Amino acid sequence: MSKSTPILLAILTACALGLVTSQHQARKLFAELEQEQERARQLEVEYGQLQLEASTWAMHSRVERIASRQLRMRVPDATRLQIVKPESPAQ
Amino acid sequence: MKYATSPVLTLTLPVWRSRLLAFAFVSLFVVLIARAGYLQGMHNDFLQAKGESRYSRVIEITASRGRILDRNGEPLAITTPVKSIWAIPDEVKISRKQIARLAELLEMPAQEIDKRVTDTARDFVFIKRQVSPETADRVAELRIPGLFQNREYRRYYPGGEIMAHVLGFTGADDIGQEGIELAFQETLAGKPGSRRVIKDRLGQIVEDVQSIKAAQNGRDLVLALDTRMQNLAYSHLKSAVEKHRAKAGSIVVVDVSTGEVLALANAPAYNPNKRSRLSGAQFRNRAITDTFEPGSTLKPFTIALALQAGKVRPNTLIQIAPGGFGIGAATIRDTHAERTLTVAQVIQKSSNIGAARIALSLPAASMWEMFQHAGFGAAPNLSFPGEATGKLRPYRSWRPIEQATMAYGHGISVSLVQLARAYTMFAREGDMVPLSLLRVDAAPSAQRVIAPETARAVRAMLELAVHSGGTAPRAQIMGYRVAGKTGTAQKQENGAYSSSRYVSSFVGFAPASNPRLVIAVMIDEPSDGLYYGGTVAAPVFAQVMTGALRVLDVTPDGPMTPIELPSEGDEVKESI
Repeated sequence: MSKSTPILLAILTACALGLVTSQHQARKLFAELEQEQERARQLEVEYGQLQLEASTWAMHSRVERIASRQLRMRVPDATRLQIVKPESPAQ
Repeated sequence: MKYATSPVLTLTLPVWRSRLLAFAFVSLFVVLIARAGYLQGMHNDFLQAKGESRYSRVIEITASRGRILDRNGEPLAITTPVKSIWAIPDEVKISRKQIARLAELLEMPAQEIDKRVTDTARDFVFIKRQVSPETADRVAELRIPGLFQNREYRRYYPGGEIMAHVLGFTGADDIGQEGIELAFQETLAGKPGSRRVIKDRLGQIVEDVQSIKAAQNGRDLVLALDTRMQNLAYSHLKSAVEKHRAKAGSIVVVDVSTGEVLALANAPAYNPNKRSRLSGAQFRNRAITDTFEPGSTLKPFTIALALQAGKVRPNTLIQIAPGGFGIGAATIRDTHAERTLTVAQVIQKSSNIGAARIALSLPAASMWEMFQHAGFGAAPNLSFPGEATGKLRPYRSWRPIEQATMAYGHGISVSLVQLARAYTMFAREGDMVPLSLLRVDAAPSAQRVIAPETARAVRAMLELAVHSGGTAPRAQIMGYRVAGKTGTAQKQENGAYSSSRYVSSFVGFAPASNPRLVIAVMIDEPSDGLYYGGTVAAPVFAQVMTGALRVLDVTPDGPMTPIELPSEGDEVKESI
C-alpha cells in the first residue's frame, strides 16, 4: 500500500458520486424535455384548432353574407367601373 | 475443578466428521457460485429482458394526417384529436341523475346510454366516438367508475358542403373513404412510429433508450381549387338547381393555361362534418363519375374536324330546309326556318341538320379519332376514384345515322370534366393539357389536336353563339367577350328518348380574346318548364364567370355596355 492509495480512493469516490449526480441531473432534464415536447404537441393541436376556427370564420359564404346583409355592400355595376390602364414605365 | 482437563469430558471426534462438514459447505458454495455464474454469464439474456420489462417501455408515437389546402394555402381539411368514450359495463356504477347528465352532454337519448352500460354480456362498449375535447373533459368531471376515454382523431372540413364532393371524407379511423381523401390516402396518412424509453416509478419518462421507428407525419396536399371560385360556383349552381327544381347539377371551372381544376361542385351536396343517414348516391362526384349524352355541346368538334380537313370554311353554305334530313329510315329535324345556314351559323343557331350533313361528309375513322383526341371514351386521369370513361364506340360499328347523331352529341356519353377539358382545345391554340386536381407549378406539356387557325375559327363561331342571334345570349358578361355552346339533350328512358326529361348544359370560356377559364355547367332534369341549355345552364355560366374573372383580376376585353337580351319571341331555340 503506497501513500497515494487513499488519495486515489477519495478521487474514485468523488467520481462515482459525480456520476450518480450527473445521471440524476440528466434524467431530470430529460423529463423536463419530455414535458416541453408534450407541450409542443399540445400547442400544435391547438394551432390546428385555431386554424380550423379561423377558416370557419373566414368562409367566403359567411363574409359575403355579412357584407351584403349587415354592411349593405354590393359589387358595382360594370357601367360604374372605369378601367385605368397603367402608364408605360418608359415615360 | 477444571472442566477442560476433566477426563470425563474429554471428547474425541473422528477427523472425518469435520472434513465432511467442510466439504459439504464448500460444495454448497461451489453450487451457489456455479449458479451465479450461470445466471450472470450464460443465461443473462432472459433475465435482462425480464429486468428491462420492469422499467423500459415501448411507446407509440402518433403521426398526424396531412392537411388538405387550397391553392392559396387555405385549409380545407384538418385533423384534430378528439375523445372516444367507452365503458366496461361490469364495472360501471352510475345513478339515474348521472345518466341524464351524460345524455345531455353527449346529445344522445338517455335510454340508449342506459342500454349500453347495462349490457353486461360485453366487456367493452363504446358510448360515443368523436367527442370534442371540451365535452370529454366535462364527462370526465362526472367521475363515473367504469367509464373511460381514449384519444382518437377527427377530420374537420371548414368548407362544409361547398367542397364536399371533391374532398370526400375519412372514416372513424381516419382512413380516406371518398374523394381526394381516398385517392391520396397514401400521401395524407402518417406512419406511426415507436420508441423504447425508461420510465420511473411515477410513470415519467427518464431516458430515451432507442428510437425503433421514427413517426412520419402525413404530407400536406395542395389542391388546384380556389376557395373563392369554388364558393361562387357552388352557390350559383345550388340556386339554379333549386330554381329550376332540377334533380342535380354540376359545374367545373378549368384554368386554360395549366389545366388545373379551379372549382368543381355538384348539387345537391352534403355536409361532410355531419353525414349520418346519407347514402352512397349523395357522395358521388357526378361531374367526374357520371356520364350523360352531351347534345349540341359536341357540335364544335365535328365542325373543327371539317374545317381542319378543308371540307368547309366558316362561310360555306349548308342546306337545312325544306323538311327534315332523311338518313335511311330516320329523319333529323331542326327548329329553324332558314333554308341555308353558313357553317358558322350552324354553331351559332345550333342546327342539327347542319351538323349531321357536315359529319356525313367526313370519314368515320377521323371523327372517332377527333373524339378520342378530345378525351372522350377515356378516363381523364385525375387520380380520382371512380372516374367515368364515357361511351365512345369504335367507328367500325357506326351506321351512317349514328355518325350523324354523334355530330350533335347523341349516341355518345361523356362526363362533365371530359367536356370541360375538351373545350380547352378551342380556348387554347388547338392543343390540350391534362387536367389536374392538384396545384400545378410548372406548365404541363401540351399535345396538339387541331391547327391554331382552326381553333381560332371555331372560337369565333362560339362567340357568335352567345350574342343575340345565337342560342345563349344569357351567357354574356358585361365587359368581357365570351364564347361558348349550349347543349340540350333528351334523356334516354327504357331505350327511347324521353320528351319530358332533359339535360341542359353550357360550356364556354372567357375572355374570348385570350381565354383564361373554361366553365362547364350541367343541370340534370330541370322541371319548372324551362329546359334549354341557353336558359337554364348559360345564366349559371355567366354568374360564375363574372365572379371568377374578378377574382383573377382579368382586364376587360369587351364593351362596358349593358347586355341586351332578345325579346321573348325572338330567342333562338336550339334543335333537340
